[in-house]
Amino acid sequence: MRQTLIAATAIALAFAMQPVVAQDKPAAKPAAKMAAKKMAKPAVVEEKDAATLEFEKFRAKMIEDGNPAELFEAQGEELWKTKRGPNNVSLAETCDLGLGLGVVKGTYVQMPRYFADAGKVMDAERRIVWCMVEKQGFKAADLAKKPFAAETYTPEQTSLVTYVAGLSRDMKFAVPLKDPHVKEVYEIGKEVANHRAGPYDFSCNTCHGVDGKRIRMQQLPNISSKAGATTAVLGWPGYRMTGNRMLTLQWRMGDCFRQQRFPQPGYASDTVTSLLTFMTANANGSTYTGPGIKR
Amino acid sequence: MNKRHQFSILAAIAATAAIAAAPAFADSSHRAKAMTMMKADFTTKGQATADRIYEDGLQAVCNRSGNHPPEKIAKQLEGDQMATVKYPADGKLMGDWKAGEKLAQSGRGFTWNDAPGSPAGGNCYNCHQIAPSESSFGTVGPSLFNFGKLRGNTAENQKYVYSKIYNAKSYNLCSEMPRFGHVGALGEKQIKDLVALLLDPESPVNK
Ligand code: HEC
Ligand code: HEC
Repeated sequence: MRQTLIAATAIALAFAMQPVVAQDKPAAKPAAKMAAKKMAKPAVVEEKDAATLEFEKFRAKMIEDGNPAELFEAQGEELWKTKRGPNNVSLAETCDLGLGLGVVKGTYVQMPRYFADAGKVMDAERRIVWCMVEKQGFKAADLAKKPFAAETYTPEQTSLVTYVAGLSRDMKFAVPLKDPHVKEVYEIGKEVANHRAGPYDFSCNTCHGVDGKRIRMQQLPNISSKAGATTAVLGWPGYRMTGNRMLTLQWRMGDCFRQQRFPQPGYASDTVTSLLTFMTANANGSTYTGPGIKR
Repeated sequence: MNKRHQFSILAAIAATAAIAAAPAFADSSHRAKAMTMMKADFTTKGQATADRIYEDGLQAVCNRSGNHPPEKIAKQLEGDQMATVKYPADGKLMGDWKAGEKLAQSGRGFTWNDAPGSPAGGNCYNCHQIAPSESSFGTVGPSLFNFGKLRGNTAENQKYVYSKIYNAKSYNLCSEMPRFGHVGALGEKQIKDLVALLLDPESPVNK
């Protein structure tokens, strides 16, 4: 009993710590260091924390020197405001992210949401792609061809999502679950997360179904809990140091399906939206700390 | 795949009957919608064929019971799983722990970027603590450090470990551990090497 309590506290601390470290406000740093010290001491959650802490320190240092995500935010802003595509219009003048034409601030933490013009619940990246296709006239198939960054290439939609996400920094997740369309997709997403299949019988929940587990040294957030779901969606879109590239949650879902030994989910598909709806709504009420850095 | 499918069909029939008898396990509308959606959204990439999203009989039972099927169904299906375990013809269940350690380290196999037909690793350290020299281990499964020392290197225990690796579901129907032998991820020699890693008194696991 006592053991579990201690472990729970340590885990809660670990979760509480992450947003603090991921933030780029200088004032937050001493607090992060204190939390780090407190955690390291009891060594309850085994040695995992040595490596995690090492990474957290490194991440804090990197952010001190300038959060690489900001570069992509700036690129995204320019893409958002420039007239582009076959129709030569800007997203700023044509794209509604849920809070009105051209409004960006606060939209990221309120997606996925239902968009009546598309008749669908959409996550941020999917909505941006929808606007690029429907308003600017880009071809959906072209945007789906190489949707994720490589070391020397960042898709436009990645920069755009990063820009949009940056304008929700320090705001609370508020996926509109009261909307029955959203609730329906949330429930479907929960089923997808439960669905075991494939050669290894894995589901999302095999790896993300309970608190405090890890694969090798990598922490596995429990996406069904508020704390775990918060960890799961914080820091995305994120600059990933493995491979030096800016990646979005659309990418993360695909890479986890790969590890799950599943086939490939469609880019900007209903399946991915349903999982993002499930996780982000579970994080409702937590504060989004903005685009960050990922291992 | 063929064998697996045959089994799946049998199990699916049994499971469907069981499920039909227990209305609590019927597909919810959300589940049905999730399946339709996934059918539309997934495509084959590399060896990860689109049909991997379909459940076999055992998966269907676990998915519909929140991984806790009624005792009676679980016991019966565990028996079916146990019946799939093929033991080595020579009766020897222990191989080379050094080869086992290498295999336990590798997380390769069955993903869309693994070359089709390339040998799969054991993935064991992803989920288990095993030898003390490896500090990067997962915790999805229990620690197996000192497994042989604690549980004994008896013939019975060798058989247990061999069959557990071959088909983890024969002991625990909805275990999170894959069925390595059953799905053809690991062959007879490889499983023997892993048994040795866990049970051989010379293995660092038991030092
Ligand atoms: C076989 C194990 C496995 C499965 C199955 C799996 N994941 Fe993951 N997941 C991981 C690992 C390992 C990481 C950490 C990767 C890293 O840090 O590089 C991760 C990371 C994540 C993250 C990012 C967490 C963070 O802190 O930023 C999210 C979100 C996530 N997974 C969701 C899912 C969802 C949804 C599914 C099902 C579609 C899923 N995962 C299936 C192993 C898995
Ligand atoms: C995706 C996670 C996962 C992987 C990979 C995995 N296991 Fe497991 N294993 C578990 C879980 C969870 C349990 C406990 C539940 C159970 O017994 O089914 C377990 C149980 C066991 C047990 C029984 C322990 C006991 O106390 O009786 C043995 C032995 C074992 N695993 C060996 C292995 C070996 C060897 C490998 C690699 C070939 C392996 N496992 C790979 C998750 C995993």
